[in-house]
Amino acid sequence: MPIEILMPALSPTMEEGNLAKWVKKEGDKVAPGDVIAEIETDKATMEVEAVDEGTLGKILVAEGTEGVKVNTPIAVLLQEGEDASAASAAAKAEAPKESKPGEPAQAEGSAGGKAREAHEEPSASKDAAVPAAPKLEIAADPDIPAGTEMVPTTVREALRDAMAEEMRRDEDVFIMGEEVAEYQGAYKITQGLLQEFGARRVVDTPITEHGFAGVGVGAAMAGLKPIVEFMTFNFAMQAIDHIVNSAAKTLYMAGGQMGAPIVFRGPNGAAARVAAQHSQCYAAWYGHIPGLKVVMPYTAADAKGLLKAAIRDPNPIIFLENEILYGQTFDVPKMDDFVLPIGKARIHKKGKDATIVSFGIGMTYVVKAEQELRGMGLDVEIIDLRTIRPLDFDTVIESVKKTNRLVVVEEGFPQSSVGDHIASQVMQRAFDHLDAPVITIAGKDVPMPYAANLEKLALPNVGEVVEAVKAVTYRS
Amino acid sequence: MATAARKTSAKSKADGKAQPTLKTPPPAKFSKEEELKAYRDMLLIRRFEEKAGQLYGMGFIGGFCHLYIGQEAVVTGMQMALIEGDQMITAYRDHGHMLAMDMSPRGVMAELTGRRGGYSKGKGGSMHMFSKEKNFYGGHGIVGAQVSLGTGLAFANRYRGNDNVSLTYFGDGAANQGQVYESFNMASLWKLPVIYIIENNRYAMGTSVSRSSAETDFSQRGLSFRIPGIQVDGMDVRAVKAAGDMAVAHCRAGNGPIILEMQTYRYRGHSMSDPAKYRSKDEVQKMRSEHDPIEQVKARLLEAKWATEDELKALDKEVRDIVADAADFAQTDPEPDPSELYTDILL
Repeated sequence: MPIEILMPALSPTMEEGNLAKWVKKEGDKVAPGDVIAEIETDKATMEVEAVDEGTLGKILVAEGTEGVKVNTPIAVLLQEGEDASAASAAAKAEAPKESKPGEPAQAEGSAGGKAREAHEEPSASKDAAVPAAPKLEIAADPDIPAGTEMVPTTVREALRDAMAEEMRRDEDVFIMGEEVAEYQGAYKITQGLLQEFGARRVVDTPITEHGFAGVGVGAAMAGLKPIVEFMTFNFAMQAIDHIVNSAAKTLYMAGGQMGAPIVFRGPNGAAARVAAQHSQCYAAWYGHIPGLKVVMPYTAADAKGLLKAAIRDPNPIIFLENEILYGQTFDVPKMDDFVLPIGKARIHKKGKDATIVSFGIGMTYVVKAEQELRGMGLDVEIIDLRTIRPLDFDTVIESVKKTNRLVVVEEGFPQSSVGDHIASQVMQRAFDHLDAPVITIAGKDVPMPYAANLEKLALPNVGEVVEAVKAVTYRS
Repeated sequence: MATAARKTSAKSKADGKAQPTLKTPPPAKFSKEEELKAYRDMLLIRRFEEKAGQLYGMGFIGGFCHLYIGQEAVVTGMQMALIEGDQMITAYRDHGHMLAMDMSPRGVMAELTGRRGGYSKGKGGSMHMFSKEKNFYGGHGIVGAQVSLGTGLAFANRYRGNDNVSLTYFGDGAANQGQVYESFNMASLWKLPVIYIIENNRYAMGTSVSRSSAETDFSQRGLSFRIPGIQVDGMDVRAVKAAGDMAVAHCRAGNGPIILEMQTYRYRGHSMSDPAKYRSKDEVQKMRSEHDPIEQVKARLLEAKWATEDELKALDKEVRDIVADAADFAQTDPEPDPSELYTDILL
């Protein structure tokens, strides 16, 4: 069979081109790789190379022809023993395009696997229906048996205990990061781990976030379960390519064959007087990325139960801690294996007059505001999200249906914030239940200043929360 | 190609510990079976890539498509030095690597056309493919990212105390990325079993090595980290095999990482839409006619009378049939079911 040479697409968007020049003539011998013609696209003049061996039997599109559509036959290549008559026969046969087995389906409605073409405008009538996103089923918190001893524990100890328990349980779990071993942790979160587990499993890294994040992801792809500690998440911006492109997307890009079971953890957000480059909340940043789970606990019990869950989870997890919370003490149930569900919000306090949603250190403002509001006779419901992605909208919306009012509090920047996303979803899913516009409280839209007074102004405060609740309940 | 061995400098002796000095070994002596295997494996890559180029031209393959034509001896020779369980990772010019890892031509081609039978169910494409079964860890679209990831694979080998080695491929372009040196540092510090294979094909996209790199001898790029390196004629599959044997032995003996600079050449443009105006046609033609990795083996096979022209033709036919079958499959296999949109995001 003579082989048709088709007008090739020479870029992801090319639809047609000009046949600038034939380098080979009819009757010329052609070997794979030989340049046979030159084609002008809108970007450049490109050479067309032969793929098969043979003799150029017939040129179907003359030199100088403009606007030749991609996939138009431009010449016929004869194989050994074929003559020019075969070429013309082939050309004729091809004139009204027949569909041969193995050829692209030309029928209407079939994309044939081709790239979306520039002229294809999205249209509701033509586009296939987008399947609905599957609903995630997330288990409830485990029951804490009555009479369980509650142990006052700092967030710092809770995080350390979670890692130690999981490292005892699973040999594949290890921790790496700056100062996690000999120094016992820059914020003492890994205190004692080197002594218990040794240098093989508690690995001090050089100051090289981009590199060790990649090494961690590679080890996870190979089946280990790394905990990568960033001294702060501000430094993880050096590593964000590996978090987003290497860790979050691999499972999808591999069609489910391999992913990255890894936990990236460390302090996030503003601490005290460390200024712009060390004071930023990444909840909204990572919350944007499909393929990640993002956890941001407030209490020590949540820190412990969720970090244990994160280490066991087969997906890449961003675990956002807070330096100011490290030293705060909360009750943690004394249980053999206290694991909490990722993706489930916790109702911190039940109430009926308004819902306040927050997470991480944002909760500290809310808890204080609640006391003031109680004094004013307002009974608010407080929801601690605990997980930013997947976000537990069910719990939020159930609460809004009851209180009809919503305030969201976070420390991050205001634009495209977690609160903005919640406000948008609540508007779409529970508009008829709202008796007031949702108020979102965030950090101010400024780099974090150093001066004590300015820093205080840049962060949310209790007064703002109180005022917001008064506003949505029309109590001003 | 430059075949002269360049000695790794061992001058930094502040603490008295000299780096191991390595010399480029002479090309391996191939048996008839090895020559035939190398010929067939390289031919499969060449024909596969030619077909991929053709399918791209027909619109079956979309987006970016980077062909490996000209560089076949590198993966083929290295593969001949490996054992079961050794891992491979590379960037986006990855079709040849996957075929060398014995991944199915059908699965690779169907991924290129975005079909459900592709290695990633059509969701990864040319640049993002993986095979857990064959220890192929991608297929990465971000220049240099695979170097840290490949170092992580080696970390896992050392953590588990197995004997395996991570083959981490990158190009002369990626060699200028910062994370490469972060990875070198950790790999050397922790004596990780990783072979850094720098495929120096002389052009980072369109920028020649001399225009982008202050030190163009890439085998020396590990000096600051005490990683030895050698330059290898990457157009001679025997030279690659010999260097691969040496590097693998170096890693398995617990000596830590090693760099192999493979001096090679890509015949085609960087990607399908690259007219390659940054180099002369004579340069390309000279490389093809004088250094082609496949023609070199063919000439040796014929000279040694280990194969006749007819036998090689038959082999070529066999390879073409495999590629044609892969291409047919890749064109007829259905696109992924729409329900796949939301699968494989989380486990």
